[in-house]
Amino acid sequence: MAAVNNAAVNTAAVDPNSLQASLKDALLAALLAGALGLFFLGIRTDIAPGGLAVRTRWGLLLTAMAIVFAGRLLLNLFVFKTKRPVTRAISGSMAGTGSALPTLGWWMGRGLFGFALVLPFFFMTFFPGQQRQYIDLAILIMTYIMLGWGLNIVVGLAGLLDLGYVAFYAVGAYSFALLATNFEFIGFWTALPLAGLLAAFWGMILGFPVLRLRGDYLAIVTLAFGEIIRVVLLNWYDFTGGPNGISGIPKPTFFGLEFSRGEGGFADFFGIEFNSIHRFVYLYYIIFILAIITNIVTMRLRRLPIGRAWEALREDEIACRSLGINTTNTKLTAFAIGAMFGGFAGSFFATRQGFISPESFTFLESAIILAIVVLGGLGSQIGVVIASIVMIGGIELLRNIGFLSQIFGPGFDPTQYRMLIFGLAMVLIMVWKPRGLVSTREPSAVLKEKKKIGADMVAQGEGH
Amino acid sequence: MAAAVQTPADAGETKSWDLDPVLTVEHLTMRFGGLVAINDLSFNVGRGEITALIGPNGAGKTTVFNCVTGFYKPTEGRIAMRHGLGQQAQTVSEVTHSSLKWKPSPEGAVFLLERMPDFEISHHAKVARTFQNIRLFGGMTVLENLLVAQHNPLMRASGFTLGGILGLPGFRKAEQASIDKAVYWLEQVRLIERADDPAADLPYGDQRRLEIARAMCTEPHLLCLDEPAAGLNPRESHELNELLQFIRREHGTSVLLIEHDMGVVMEISDHIVVLDYGVKISDGDPAAVKTDPSVIAAYLGVEDEDLAEKPEVASIVVEALGEEAAEEAGIEIPPARKNGGDK
Repeated sequence: MAAVNNAAVNTAAVDPNSLQASLKDALLAALLAGALGLFFLGIRTDIAPGGLAVRTRWGLLLTAMAIVFAGRLLLNLFVFKTKRPVTRAISGSMAGTGSALPTLGWWMGRGLFGFALVLPFFFMTFFPGQQRQYIDLAILIMTYIMLGWGLNIVVGLAGLLDLGYVAFYAVGAYSFALLATNFEFIGFWTALPLAGLLAAFWGMILGFPVLRLRGDYLAIVTLAFGEIIRVVLLNWYDFTGGPNGISGIPKPTFFGLEFSRGEGGFADFFGIEFNSIHRFVYLYYIIFILAIITNIVTMRLRRLPIGRAWEALREDEIACRSLGINTTNTKLTAFAIGAMFGGFAGSFFATRQGFISPESFTFLESAIILAIVVLGGLGSQIGVVIASIVMIGGIELLRNIGFLSQIFGPGFDPTQYRMLIFGLAMVLIMVWKPRGLVSTREPSAVLKEKKKIGADMVAQGEGH
Repeated sequence: MAAAVQTPADAGETKSWDLDPVLTVEHLTMRFGGLVAINDLSFNVGRGEITALIGPNGAGKTTVFNCVTGFYKPTEGRIAMRHGLGQQAQTVSEVTHSSLKWKPSPEGAVFLLERMPDFEISHHAKVARTFQNIRLFGGMTVLENLLVAQHNPLMRASGFTLGGILGLPGFRKAEQASIDKAVYWLEQVRLIERADDPAADLPYGDQRRLEIARAMCTEPHLLCLDEPAAGLNPRESHELNELLQFIRREHGTSVLLIEHDMGVVMEISDHIVVLDYGVKISDGDPAAVKTDPSVIAAYLGVEDEDLAEKPEVASIVVEALGEEAAEEAGIEIPPARKNGGDK
């Protein structure tokens, strides 16, 4: 009994969270850094006439020790040796399973939609100098949102990890490009549904052999199929133009009106002054409407038996089969519908660029789209939007950070570090929000009261 | 041991499950490589009856289930499911000699389950099942779980999704009907209050009942339950008994269940089939099976002759089956046990 009491007194006397303990720990860390850095930082040998000369750099060593001391002390005070670590507070506020979040998400969705609706005019009014650059960026982000929503059907709802989604993007782009350049009478609006159908068709063809596989094997084979499509495009010179790609893809027309200067153009017809920005605004609204269609169809499908079957498939495939669901067909429809939206986005990409080549459809594209879906939260539509803005917009933002070169010298280009920043952001999100930014699931049918389902309940499907 | 399949008393009369079987399993053999999990097993499941499949661990009960529900393809044998009354022997033999999977008959239809993939067995042959380790859609609500079970009728109503996307009124009506059916079953299993909660949030006993409700939403003719009472407390297993009686009485669904809880088995089953090492060792009504010495021997892992000589074995038998049954089976009740019983 006495021993137990003694121990209790001892632990009470030495509070592990005291300032004294923190200081002691930080000092220890600094000394350790000093000992380790003695030969790396403190002493340096230089080539001198007649051999090597030893040069000491105590200032550097002391600076390093001071940095370690300060860093360790701060970590101790706010993270390691405190009852309320800052990290927990951050992750707690981000977890947001409280009742405030659903309404927040609702308002956020409405707000983003409203802003997206007037976005070109917003930039034309407030940033007339950079309007073209910003609207172009908005088009790019919107394309990725659409791709993210398309992939979300396959990965988020049906739970099939698809690493080769870019293949369908490529099929859509090449379908449109080849149709439009080979047949005079096919314009953007006639080719768009054809490109989507062709992509869906390829989704089914690739799906048939692939969907017998499960988990990691499925991921690897879809990755391989993505590469096969790209390599075929690269090597089938007679048909696809190989590495030269296809150029001269027609621009979309507004009910037959081209966005060109002079007689018969869009500006001439409506009697307004010609401005090259019109075409960008028009392109923006095309991708905006395509993306919104993707979203509406996905939300509708979720409430239909097929969408429910996708989610059930993600939860438990064996139970699905015991309930009479043909899992092969269900997976194929998910693959085909996801591929179709990828194809739409691909043909938009082709008409926007006017030139496509296999270089635009590398694995990195698949990885970025998948990262958008995973970071946003599997199955979450608003999460995809946020992740697209952060990831695609974030990269572009790096180009405009001029002040960093004043600190790091004139040779510093922040875009060179974008992959590093990417990786860091992903690690941070995966540590704090392992299920993505918006990870709660909304039920597809409600009897009395709609309740959000926490991320820990929802299965992630194959290969996660 | 094989000779003891039917006790002499039963040999003369024909049982109800032989006259009007909903499912017949004939010469079923399942081999996994060199391992024979089921060897030449034949038994019938009577229409509108509760049939129990019992046996020690590893006897092959779940393998039989997996063969019946199409999760395994049997190595040999015929598994015939019948909709409509009677044996329908004519149609069964017609389907067997054709390459068809099933065929309508004057009485209803005959399905050869060993030829059908798992999802068709549930969809067409109307055999539903539950799992030993519960397989609910944990991230979906209780209501959604029951709606997924009505996938096939809803798919037809939604015009294979096209009509549903356009929001046709026919689909809305069908969806409302499916919700009504889900509500009906939720009331029967007393989970209506938790309809909008995720299934993974339910306590274990509720999950078991929900899985049965989900299986019933497919409107099965035969319901296969794999250890439905496992992990339930006495009150819950009593409720389970009532639920199964209700399903049989009100919906005419035949039930085939695997169960270790002898209390449940003896109370509700009309017919018991006992397996050991993949072979049927006993088949009959509860009273007959209870007193079958080969069943007792199989459960205790001893030969018949050893039983009488080992008092500790005898006392286990008495505990498992009750004194009356043990006496009937010719086991001498140890004196210590008798004294204990008087207290």
